[in-house]
Amino acid sequence: METFWFIALAFMIIMYVILDGFDLGTGMFYLGTAKNDNERRTLLNSIGPVWDGNEVWLIAAGGSLFFAFPKLYASSFSGFYLPLTIVLWLLIGRALGIELRKHVDNRLWKSFWDVVFSISSILLVVFFGAALGNIIRGVSLEADGYFFEALWTTFTVVPRSGILDWFTVLMSFVAVATLMGHGANFISVKTAGELQMRARNVSKKINPLVLLLSLLMFAATTYIRPELWNNYFTHVWGFIFPVTGMAGLAGMFYFRSKDSDGKAFLSSAVFILGMMSGTAFGLYPTLLHSTLDPSYSLTVTNSSAGSYGLGVGLIWWVIGMILAMGYFGYLFYTFRGKVVMTEDSEGY
Amino acid sequence: MYNMDAFLIHRLQFAFTIMFHYLFPQLTMGLALLIVVLKYNALRTGDETFNKSARFWAKIFALNFAMGVVTGIPMEFQFGTNWARFSAFAGGVIGQTLAMEGLYAFFLESTFLGLFLFGEKKLGPKLHFLSAVLVFLGSWISGLFIIATNAWMQNPVGFHQLPDGTFQLASFGELFTNPWLFWQYVHTMSGSVVTAAFVMCAVGAYYVLSDKNAEYGKKFLKTGLIAGVIVSIFQAFPSGDGQGKNVALYQPVTLAAMEGLFETEHGAGLTIIGQPDVENMKLDNPIIVPNMLSFLTYNRWKAEVKGLKEYPRELWPDNIPLLYYSYHIMVGLGTIFIAITMLGIFLLWRKKVFTARWYLWILMLAFPFPYIANTTGWMTAELGRQPWLIYGLLKTADGFSSNVSSGNALFTTLGFAGIYLMVGLLFIILVLKEIIEGPDHVKKKTPPIAP
Repeated sequence: METFWFIALAFMIIMYVILDGFDLGTGMFYLGTAKNDNERRTLLNSIGPVWDGNEVWLIAAGGSLFFAFPKLYASSFSGFYLPLTIVLWLLIGRALGIELRKHVDNRLWKSFWDVVFSISSILLVVFFGAALGNIIRGVSLEADGYFFEALWTTFTVVPRSGILDWFTVLMSFVAVATLMGHGANFISVKTAGELQMRARNVSKKINPLVLLLSLLMFAATTYIRPELWNNYFTHVWGFIFPVTGMAGLAGMFYFRSKDSDGKAFLSSAVFILGMMSGTAFGLYPTLLHSTLDPSYSLTVTNSSAGSYGLGVGLIWWVIGMILAMGYFGYLFYTFRGKVVMTEDSEGY
Repeated sequence: MYNMDAFLIHRLQFAFTIMFHYLFPQLTMGLALLIVVLKYNALRTGDETFNKSARFWAKIFALNFAMGVVTGIPMEFQFGTNWARFSAFAGGVIGQTLAMEGLYAFFLESTFLGLFLFGEKKLGPKLHFLSAVLVFLGSWISGLFIIATNAWMQNPVGFHQLPDGTFQLASFGELFTNPWLFWQYVHTMSGSVVTAAFVMCAVGAYYVLSDKNAEYGKKFLKTGLIAGVIVSIFQAFPSGDGQGKNVALYQPVTLAAMEGLFETEHGAGLTIIGQPDVENMKLDNPIIVPNMLSFLTYNRWKAEVKGLKEYPRELWPDNIPLLYYSYHIMVGLGTIFIAITMLGIFLLWRKKVFTARWYLWILMLAFPFPYIANTTGWMTAELGRQPWLIYGLLKTADGFSSNVSSGNALFTTLGFAGIYLMVGLLFIILVLKEIIEGPDHVKKKTPPIAP
């Protein structure tokens, strides 16, 4: 039962990264690739109808974490107090950037929100990458199941490091490169002409960087938490996850060289899926590793809710997920195809 | 030296962020219903002004919705960031309702809002109407799960406690048949329609008074007044009445504090005005309707209502004057809303409402008061529950994140204060701009870029 919720949670988080990942990626190269108002509106309209729904995957994952593993939710949210609050502020900034820009037809107003949108997107990805880094590295969980992390201490990986150290900063770089490529693949699907050429160019340039950073990430993870490989040696079938990730990466190179945008986009989604599920596979059954004493770690068994509640949840979670997938299918189907701005376009 | 302790700051931050947040959803939920009404009228009559009206309100709705989302996400996070011990204790129960809100309400709401705002041409009139209905449903389902969560904190049911102190769900059915839930839900929802109706009336009154977009103004006034009178009366009876009886039954000490009743009385009076003096345990300058409280609570004129002195002092809500004033402001304003809307309906019936300028002035200036009434209503519920976080089970003082220092908590509180001040100002400026431009405003066309 707890294992199911571990998988369910991992699934929702991965869905969030894949879906909102392309919104965030778009935000990151937004200022550089879209030069005039028309192009910027084209980018905003590419993500416009879907970004809010995509963000809901984060909220729903947070809610499901609260529901399935209340102790982990309590411990991690209070322990990551500062970065989480800053993430909230950045989410506010991104939403305002997207939503308020269109309301006043003034160059300065638009430029201001463009910058807010782009900077919020970049910093969000930096924090999300660091968050994943913290989960992999572990935090200074005490015997009572709580901890509190400063934003940074000495930038070295020690039992009481801050949110940012060299390892988590490396993870931030991985996240920035990966999602920028993912966003570029998405935009190359949704646009045509010169904007599409620029998006393809972003993707072409970023792919080697993603490869390089991924290799570094493998080495660094093995260096600081070699025991993450244990699950792989006891259950060899688990190698399917990283292998899937690598196949996705290969696809990103291959389909990009053919300018096959849709398949390149799928490949970057598969890359994210493979890498993140591979991480989850290595972490299981630990949810949050204690750097002070492994016996303080929060696991799927010592932080989960009661079995009756988890059982009831199984029913509504599955139904809710089917509904949500249905909505998303319909939404993406309705807004399929390339975004072409005309004089009286609805939207941004 | 006066030391602001971490507990106080966590409370202040939550109180501030939740009160600011709820300024937006109350309009979202109420306006979603009124937009459905406008869209329905457009479908039924084929009158294009209804469609234009719906599009106009959709613009305000979109802004308001965005503000509600950006201020709402912090609420979901703050259970964990600021109230970690509460979350660890209660997550086994309220995790259910909060997770369900995400799955069943937010996905529905956000998906169909995208379709509603961007898809009018792609969907056609019928599907577009349907997407408006689904946005409305999503926002009201969201309200249901939040009220179910709050109802459990007010009157915990369907749980058992494990040896480690955590509360776990024992009955899913009881969670949603909580006797507290029904009245609190309908009272909150119709309160949100009061806000939306008064906002719609205010814009309508402004258009008619300034003789600008008067045709739309008249439609807004009619829709707003009819919706407004129904929900204003519903707020007092039966929903407010039902909610009051719940308080009397499940939180009698709260009832005594709300009413400023220190002594137990047979045939207790209803306080209209007066200032509670907690130090000397009496009510100053009272104006009281005799026997009325006994009647309203127990339907008997001489029924006994227990006063605060009957209860140990540590069980008293910890801020009785604020609770007392919140409650009285809510009830007082609610009564005024009934008077205003009934007068409006009378004028509408006599076909005088569009020319009665004095009355339109009242309507135009009245819209902030439902916001105050909804806020003070929530203050009554939340202050009334004190000193408990989960009534009778967990004290508020035992629920906050003790691993977050007061300095870190104050940092984020100040940050939220600054950001929300900016968000609030932007919202007011942009909504005013939309209202001044009016439903007939056409966006200046952006010339296509030469290839």
